Amino acid sequence: MTALDPRIAIHVAGLRKSYGTQVVLDGIDLDVAEGTVFALLGPNGAGKTTMVRILSTLISADGGEVRIAGHDIVSEPDAVRGIIGVTGQFSAVDDLFTGEENLRLMTDLRHLGKAAGHRRVDELLERFDLVDAAAKPVRTYSGGMRRRLDLAMTLVGDPRIIFLDEPTAGLDPRSRRAMWETIQELVAGGVTIFLTTQYLEEADRLADHIALLDHGTFIAEGTPDELKRLVTGGHVQLSFADVARLDRAATVFDGATRDDESLTLQVPSDGGIDSLRAILDRLEASSIDVGELSLQTPDLDDVFLSLTGDDTQKAMPR
Amino acid sequence: MTASPLVVADSATMLRRNLRRMRRYPSLTFFIAGMPVVFLLLFVFVLGGTMGAGLGLAGGGRADYVTYLVPGILMITVAGAAQGTAISVSMDMTTGIIARFKTMDIARVSVLTGHVIGSVIQTMIAIAIVVVVAVLIGFRATTGPLEWAAAVGLLVLTAFAISWLSVALGMSAKSVETASNLPMILILLPFLSSAFVPTESLPDGLSWFAEHQPFTPLIETVRGLLLGTPIGTSGVVAVGWCLVISALGYVWARRLYDRDPAA
Repeated sequence: MTALDPRIAIHVAGLRKSYGTQVVLDGIDLDVAEGTVFALLGPNGAGKTTMVRILSTLISADGGEVRIAGHDIVSEPDAVRGIIGVTGQFSAVDDLFTGEENLRLMTDLRHLGKAAGHRRVDELLERFDLVDAAAKPVRTYSGGMRRRLDLAMTLVGDPRIIFLDEPTAGLDPRSRRAMWETIQELVAGGVTIFLTTQYLEEADRLADHIALLDHGTFIAEGTPDELKRLVTGGHVQLSFADVARLDRAATVFDGATRDDESLTLQVPSDGGIDSLRAILDRLEASSIDVGELSLQTPDLDDVFLSLTGDDTQKAMPR
Repeated sequence: MTASPLVVADSATMLRRNLRRMRRYPSLTFFIAGMPVVFLLLFVFVLGGTMGAGLGLAGGGRADYVTYLVPGILMITVAGAAQGTAISVSMDMTTGIIARFKTMDIARVSVLTGHVIGSVIQTMIAIAIVVVVAVLIGFRATTGPLEWAAAVGLLVLTAFAISWLSVALGMSAKSVETASNLPMILILLPFLSSAFVPTESLPDGLSWFAEHQPFTPLIETVRGLLLGTPIGTSGVVAVGWCLVISALGYVWARRLYDRDPAA
């Protein structure tokens, strides 16, 4: 696939950006196929938002080439802006307006005309479950409602490529699931999604392709399954009442990690039912009393720890 | 930046947005009208007797001072509105919706023209309030409706120029606090002009400054249009200043709007 391939929605080559001496993006290459979801994972401060801001024409890059649906972001920014939609991390809604007025503002800026504009607003209010709140000022909205309105405003122009910068950050589980469903509907309709997130689960669920951004470069890239194979953080944690029991258990499970201070044993496991049953069976067979059992599934921290080692400890708190 | 044929449509949309925001915050408009009204009442009723006597006119009292003062107060209203404009632009620029506008295929300048035209309308509302108060305390124009219309025209032109400048000031400020302080100089300048006293009564250096800064020709032109005093070259100089300030404010504001926002 080349940069001019019509199936390539987003083409990035050698993208660079620094703020002063701090290198934020250090030569990024990326191709996102049309109608797919790309997830950019990374800790806070990794450069995810900077990348979205450059790709959406909000800020300029220091070097490299970016083409959105074949249009160069530097020489044809207006063509790019006509195709994309952006929902940022910080809600891009007018607090002094009602939900309906915010949507009307968007239909006016898209020059939809009075009748078509009205229809579009009603349709989006309905779709995003905002009909009851339509006449209320946005500053009274909950976080989930703001995010829904934000996305609804982005959809007014029927963008073919949508950038979502941490779309579910700070949302409760129900709102998060609703956002996921909306994203899946959009993709089903042929839209390309560029998503940033800190949640591995979110990327796993939505993305066709994932890249891990750290210190300005992609430290890993691939499908969710390919990435998960890189991670070996899953385990079952067993706690015991005393050292004697811990000693006996440690002899039963080869390859387990013991911690004498907390009297726990970490047994590697993929978290599946079969693996759990096998562990319980072995405990039963050796008649060891277990105080507590907990399941630890791999998360973003594990991915980063396994890929970057100690370096990550410095990167994560930012 | 390519010129969009939809500059007018998008600017109208942005103007509607700003007017609606002003209606949601009417206190700002009243604040803008409030300051010059307080100055007017203060100078007329506390200082007016003495000031009027110092004008050296035949009558020379409080009533004469009202007549002398009002054109200056009208210009102070325009200058004072700069603060409100800078504050609301600065507040607006920090909200996420500006980032949204920047990533949309709309006429880029419309965000700015919306603020400028909205601010001119807000200033003219404040001017109307000040005129009502001025008439109530005895101000009477001695010229006809044509001169009134010309005076209003010059006030609109001045408001336009100062709005472009204050939109740029509002965007250049890193915080809303700074944005509210920057236009202070615009509010102070009329005090060093012919607004309150004739420039001849000032010490040499100050009177030279007063005669060469923009507010004196602006005020003298409005004074001439409303009261029939000689305008001379003031009219041309006043319009010139407005055009220069508008152009500078426009170029500066466009530049600030197109620069990368802070990370």
